[in-house]
This record gives sequence, C-alpha cells and structure tokens, in this order.
Amino acid sequence: MKRYIISRLLQAIALVIGVLFIVFIMLHLTGDPASLMVSRNASPEDIEKIRHEFGFDKPIIVQFANFLKGAFIGDFGMSLRYRQPAMKLIIERLPATIQLATAALLFSLIIGIPIGLLGGSNPNTGLDLVARTTGLIGQTIPSFWLALMLIVVFAVKLRWFPTFGRETVKLLGINFPTKSIVLPAFALSLFTTGQLARFTRSSVLEIKNEDYIRTAYSKGLPRRIIYVRHILKNAAIPIISIVGVQFSYLLSGSIYIETIFSWPGLGQLLAEAVFTRDFGLVQATAFFTSVVVVVLHLLTDIAYGLADPRIKYR
Amino acid sequence: MDDKKANNKNVTGLMIDEEKKKGIFYFFYYVGRLLWKDKTGLVGLLIFLSVIISAVFSPYLAPYDPLKQNLKISKTPPVWYKNGSIHHIFGTDDLGRDILSRIIYGSRVSLTVGFFGVLIASSLGMIIGLVSGYVGGKLDSVIMGAVNLILALPYLVFVVFIAAILGRSLLNVILIFGFTDIPIFVRVTRGEVMQMREEGFIEAAQSVGATTSRILFKHIIPNLIGPIVTLATFEMSAMIFYESGLGFLGLSVPPSVPSWGNMLSVGRQYITIYPWIAAYPGLAIVYTGLGINLLGDWLRDVLDPRLRRAKK
Amino acid sequence: MGKLLTVRDLVIKFYTFDGVIHAINGMFFDLNEGETLAIVGESGSGKSVTMKSLLQLLPSPPAKIESGNAYFYRNGEKVDLLYLSESEINKIRGKDIGFVFQDALSALNPVLSIGRQITESLETHMGLDKKEARERAIELLESVGITGARQRLYAYPHQFSGGMRQRAMIAIAIACSPKIVIADEPTTALDVTIQAQILELFKEIQKKLGMAIIWITHDLGVVARLADRVMVMYAGQPVEVAPVEELYENPIHPYTIGLLEALPKLGEKKKKLTSIEGTPPDMIEEPHFCQFASRCRFANEKCFKDNPPIISVGKDHYVRCFEDITERIKVQKVKTV
Repeated sequence: MKRYIISRLLQAIALVIGVLFIVFIMLHLTGDPASLMVSRNASPEDIEKIRHEFGFDKPIIVQFANFLKGAFIGDFGMSLRYRQPAMKLIIERLPATIQLATAALLFSLIIGIPIGLLGGSNPNTGLDLVARTTGLIGQTIPSFWLALMLIVVFAVKLRWFPTFGRETVKLLGINFPTKSIVLPAFALSLFTTGQLARFTRSSVLEIKNEDYIRTAYSKGLPRRIIYVRHILKNAAIPIISIVGVQFSYLLSGSIYIETIFSWPGLGQLLAEAVFTRDFGLVQATAFFTSVVVVVLHLLTDIAYGLADPRIKYR
Repeated sequence: MDDKKANNKNVTGLMIDEEKKKGIFYFFYYVGRLLWKDKTGLVGLLIFLSVIISAVFSPYLAPYDPLKQNLKISKTPPVWYKNGSIHHIFGTDDLGRDILSRIIYGSRVSLTVGFFGVLIASSLGMIIGLVSGYVGGKLDSVIMGAVNLILALPYLVFVVFIAAILGRSLLNVILIFGFTDIPIFVRVTRGEVMQMREEGFIEAAQSVGATTSRILFKHIIPNLIGPIVTLATFEMSAMIFYESGLGFLGLSVPPSVPSWGNMLSVGRQYITIYPWIAAYPGLAIVYTGLGINLLGDWLRDVLDPRLRRAKK
Repeated sequence: MGKLLTVRDLVIKFYTFDGVIHAINGMFFDLNEGETLAIVGESGSGKSVTMKSLLQLLPSPPAKIESGNAYFYRNGEKVDLLYLSESEINKIRGKDIGFVFQDALSALNPVLSIGRQITESLETHMGLDKKEARERAIELLESVGITGARQRLYAYPHQFSGGMRQRAMIAIAIACSPKIVIADEPTTALDVTIQAQILELFKEIQKKLGMAIIWITHDLGVVARLADRVMVMYAGQPVEVAPVEELYENPIHPYTIGLLEALPKLGEKKKKLTSIEGTPPDMIEEPHFCQFASRCRFANEKCFKDNPPIISVGKDHYVRCFEDITERIKVQKVKTV
C-alpha cells in the first residue's frame, strides 16, 4: 500500500510540473503573448508597454524560470482588469465553486446511484430502462441549455427560485448558500447523475455474473445478503473512482452554469477573464484548476487503494 | 466407413456450399437483424441520418435564408403562441432571422466539427497508439506520459483557453477538438495493442516469420476497428456538445454564422422574455446527441465481443 | 447404502442469439450415501451444467430446464431439486449439498476475508453466532490442512497460494457437514503434487464425515484413485456407467474404449499416440441418432438413424448403445488379430 501511495504521489508531482509547463506554453502559442492581451485598437506602443510590463521581452527560458518561481510562492501576477493579484481573486472565488460542485455531487449521488443499483439488479425490466435512460439523458442534454430551460420554468414561470445570483446565509461563520443554489446545482449535476447511474448499473451487472457470486448462491445465502455483502461491496470500489473523476469534472466544468446564473465562482472568473482578454488571470485559473484536479485524482486513488483489499494488502 | 466423409457434411451438419453463400448477403441480413433486435439502434441511425440530410440539403430544406435580418419581424414567437405566425414555425430571433432555418443550417457547423474533428483525432491517435503499443519501451513511456498529462487536465478550461487565444473560426474549432481528442484515441488503441500483446498474438505471429506490416494489417488493425468506431461515435457527440458550449461562450464560429451554440448565446440574453430563441436550438442539440448516442450504444454492443470472435 | 440422489430424463437447453443449444439430452444417474461417483467427459460434454442445475445455479435466461427430475432424499423425504422455490433450495444449498468450484481464485469473493466466507455459511445454516462461527471456521481451516488458521481467518483470497485457496474452498463447502459434495474439476488448475494432496484431503474428509462425492473431471487418472463408480458423458448424455474396476477392465462403449486407449501407459512402447478421430458435435440440433456415431469405429447404419437405448451389460454396468455392441466389438477384435 505504501508503495502504491508513493508512486501515485510521484505521478501527481510530475503532472503538476507538466501542467506548469503547458500553462506557460499556452500564452506563447501564437508567438506574441502581448498582442493577445490588448484590445483591438491598441497601438504598437501599447503592445510594447504590455510586453515590457509582463516581461515578454525577456528570453523564453528566463520567462519560464520566473514563471516557475512565481508559481512556487503562489504569485501569478496581477489581473489586468481587477488590478489585484490573480491568486487572491481565485481564493476569494473558490468557496462558491466548491459549494456549487458539492451540491451538484450530492444531487447526483442521491439520484444516480440508487437508480443505477435498481437497474443493474433488475436487468431487462422497467427499472433497468429507467437506469439506462437516465444515463442517456445525462449524456444528451447540455447543462447550459438545461440551465436556461430551468430558469424559464422554475424561476420565471413558477417563481420558486431566483433567476440568478448567489444568496448566502451566515451559519457558524461560513457563508451557506440558500435555495439559490438549487437550480445551478441541478443543471450542473445532470451529466454526473447520468454517468453514475450508468456506471453503477454496469458495475452491478458485471459483478452479478462473476464466479464468486455463483459461489455465494451455492452456499444458500439469502438474496438480500448476496446483494449487500457480495455484490454491492465489490461494485462500490470502482464507483469510488468514478465519483472522484466526476467531482473534478464538476469543479472544473462549472463555467457555463456560473456564467448563466452569475454565480461568483472560479468558472465565472475564467469566463470573464477570457472575455476581457485578461490572460494572466486565465493562466492562473487554468493552473489552479488543474492542480485541484490532480490532487483530487490522487486522493481518489488513495481512497480506492484503501477500499480494495487486493491493493491494501500487498 | 468412408462414405461418412463423402457426404459433404462437416461436423456441424451444414452443407459446405451453404457456408460459402452465407458470406455477403448474410452480413447485411445479420446487421439488419441486429438493428431490428435492438430497435434503439435503428432509431439512433434514423435520427443521425435525418441530421445529415438536414446538413447536406440545408438550402432545400430551410424556408428562409439564415442570414437574412428583418428587424420588423424580430422576436416573433413560434406558431403555437398567440402572436405566432405560420411563416415562422419556430419564431425569429432578435435580428428577425428565422430560427428554423438557422437550426437547419446550424447542423452543418455541428456535423462538420464532429466529423472532421473525429477524423483527425482518430487517425492521428490510432497511428500514435499503434506505434506506442507495438514498439513499446521508452518511446511508449514517453508517449503515455504525455497522454496521461493531457488527459489529467480539466478539458473545458483548456479548450476555452485555447479557443480564446486562437480566435473565432470554424477551422480553429475543428483543430482544437481534433487535437485535444487525440490522447483518448491513443490510449484506447495502445490498450488494444497491449492486450493483443498479452494474449500472445503478436509474439505468435512474429515467431512464424510474419513481417511487421503483415501483423499490423492482418491482425491488429481489424481488431481495432470495433473499439475505435464505437469510441469515434461517442467522441463525435461530445465534440458537437463542446462546440455548442464554446459557441455559447462566444468562442466558436463568428457570430453571424448559424450555429446552435451561437443561437444559445443570443437566446441567453432574452431567456426570461423570449425563451424560444434558446429553447429550439438546444432541442436540436439534444436531438442530434440522442441519435448519435443511441447509435453508439448499438455499435458498442454489436462490434465488441461478437466481431472480435469472428475476425480472429 | 441409502439412496441420496436420483436423476432421470434431464433435458436442458440454452436459448442464445445464435440458436438453441441442446446441452443436456436425457441425463440420468443415481448417487448413494457415502459413495464417490466420478463424472468423466471432455469440455462441453455437459458435466458442469448438469451439476449446476441440481442446485439451480444455471443462469436462467439463457438456460432452461425443459424436463426431468432430480430427486434428493432428505430425512426420509423426497424433493425434486429442479423445481424447488428459492427459499427451499437455499435450505439445501451449502447445507445438504456443498459445491467446490474449479478456479478458487475467481470463485472466492476478493473483498471478503476467507474467514467471513466460511462464517456466513455457518451463521446462515447452523444458527451459530459470530464468535462460535469464528471458532468453528478455525477448526475447519485446520481440518483442511491450513496452518496458522487463527490468523489466516482474516486474510483475503489473493493472499493465499493456489493450493491453499482450494483447501479454503473445500472448507467452505464442507462447513455444514453436507451429505453430498459436488467437486467440479477442483484439481485441474493445480500442479500435480498439489493435486495429489487435495485428492488425499478429500479421501480423509470423506472418511471422517461420510459424505458422498460427485467428482467431475476429464482426467482418468484421478478417477482411478478416487471413484467407486464412474459415469462417462458425451454430448450431453451419459454413455456408460459402471463401477470403477469394471470400467477399466471391461469398457463397452466405443467412446470409453477410445478414452482408455488414448491413455499412454508406462512401459508400453508405442510410436504414435492413439486418439479419437473427429470432433464433438456442436449441440445445435436435437439428437435423433447416436451423437458419437461419426467417430465410432464400430458404427453401422442403424447408429445414424435412431437414438441408441440404454442397455445393461453387467452388474451395475449400463451403456448407451445398440444391443449388438458386444458382438460388434468381438467381431472387430477378431478382424484385427
């Protein structure tokens, strides 16, 4: 187990270094980062000014070294638009995104997994059809369109929820979102719900046909015990991986939802930075999100290793 | 005793000539039976074909020019609303352009992106994956390292990043999706090659003196077709999705070009008052995605275990 | 010896996308208390399918038990295993009839400890509580030759070696002292020395618990060491049943003869290994004539037209062939001499 954790940890570190490299390169894709960051009617002098201010006139290696140095201490430069350090903005916006992603994850866990379980345990029945359809729906309905339709129905027509914005209530010193989180979280969760339903279903189906389940039946164990102790316990392990992956998807994929609902999180920050050509901020956000994803995958792998005795013990 | 063999029956009892006839016609019969058995595959195929037809024959199917603006009739609701008119079944957008026509033409952008994107990703991905899996060693480690790095990145964030840098054009979008999707194809291809390696295929073929190209073409590639085609189908659907997402953010094709994503972006501004501007393009995306996904599910069931047994 | 099992006229079909497979065509056998019955046949002959059907372990689509009976004699009662309800058959599975599967690694749940997989049987059928079950499980592990049982209880299947895993499987099967143990090729996946150990283990346990064993194998060597009676299967049908010595000394069915001839014998110098010509039928058609005929060196036209009956050729010795088979064999022997 220890070896497993260490190898995963080393991989994660290598990934972060790779991410740094990629994020750095992105700005230089067109060869002239400075011209990216200015508005259309900028004069050559303006571009030269930007180039100097951001150090784009130095040799690439030096730029990269400086970039690395800054990244190490969390300094990604200043946001052009907000005139504040990029990192500070990111940290400010982080809680809102985490809350949104967590709420979406909860929705999909509560809805998706039971549906998948029922479907997998009862193949070729109506329940199974529901499970497969849920998977299909999650895959075919785009979250941004769903968000818009939800607004039309639930916010405009029925007036159950606000059309946009994040309202919070202060509980125990933390800002908890109110029902304003429901529509955004639900729209965001649809894809994940579908994936969880589909994956849980196929996991159960696969395991049902394993030899050791037949052994369990041959021992005369009651069906209930076979399902819970034998099938579910085995099916749960790969689900851990999927949940981890989906959570990182939720954290990084909230651009659309946050933009539509004016939810002040990282996604909205990224979208605005892109619109205002504030590429330093884009770079910082991209890097930060990537690191979060890498860390999440690492944690998921560790959790998986702990859950599967074949990995935990030798 | 020898008259048994003279009977022309092999052990399965089938006449040997019959088996030969089974070849070509049987293939279509078999596929037809499979489609009918799992009718969702048939539905998916029909939906997909309808979208293709809509893209190819847009000028004949669309009632109006998708670019024609007419501010006088702008923001007309669909026909079943109070102020709707039969002339514009799905209504018009903020600049008076007919929504149905723009939806029909919009399929061109989506299908082009999907088709060419997948073409690039699958062909390059397959080549790289083959090389990586077949040659193995350090090259394989380096390639897989790069693949894993790219796959570890948050996809949407980077797609948005690149699109913002490159600017709005159809070609850029195709290139973005085409190249960012290569790693998936590399991984799947390499996985299949590795599996064949593990099953001893490659070693066996080499030991009887088969040349590399023969091994590749006669053994490996036929076994790749199933998984790759299935993957390509699903990736196509994903690309269509992501393209419309980019369009929604204003990062895909230029604003005048009719694309479902662009339409959603406009529709968003008016969502509380003129919801139809966004509703129907979105339905088009759902419809197309449904068709491709159903088709993909069917392909996956059909191509995976069955053909593999037959082709070996 | 009391009767334990009486199976008659068992017909099982598999309904698949590519057609109907007639897996079992008229299976029959008896099993008496304390005896060891070996079932011999090649892969696909239906040995496993038959045994699994007795405990209703066949996946129900696509398998279907078309007809037949499998009577189990239990405390003076006679029940038909094939048609029991789920709760009824669960009382028999694991308690009266134990099953040892072929590949212990895939037959054991990878995320449960070995101990748990034993104690759950004990808790379900014998009503033991957790502590009692654990103690009994330790005894069982020791009785199958696993040392350090107290610690091994908490180990997982992948931490055991192949031979030890098989022993653990046996422990699970005999946990509730069943009347019958069905062993489905339990030694096929093991190497020869371990095979011998497991065989000895079975003999020991049988002596201690007095249970009947049905041993499925394709290895005639194993049969000789362990069985009281032997049944030879081909294409889903029993073709010969006899006590073990009788089978080796006086095989009647051409398939059995072929099998025994194919065994290389120590001390015999032969240039070529004998084998049986041809390949087994693919079971897509319902058998209306002898399924072995196309490979049989004694066959004549009758064999291709009708289903051969089951005839008696000695004490407890039955063969599925036409009555004149003994004559035809003698004629062949004369010819070659």
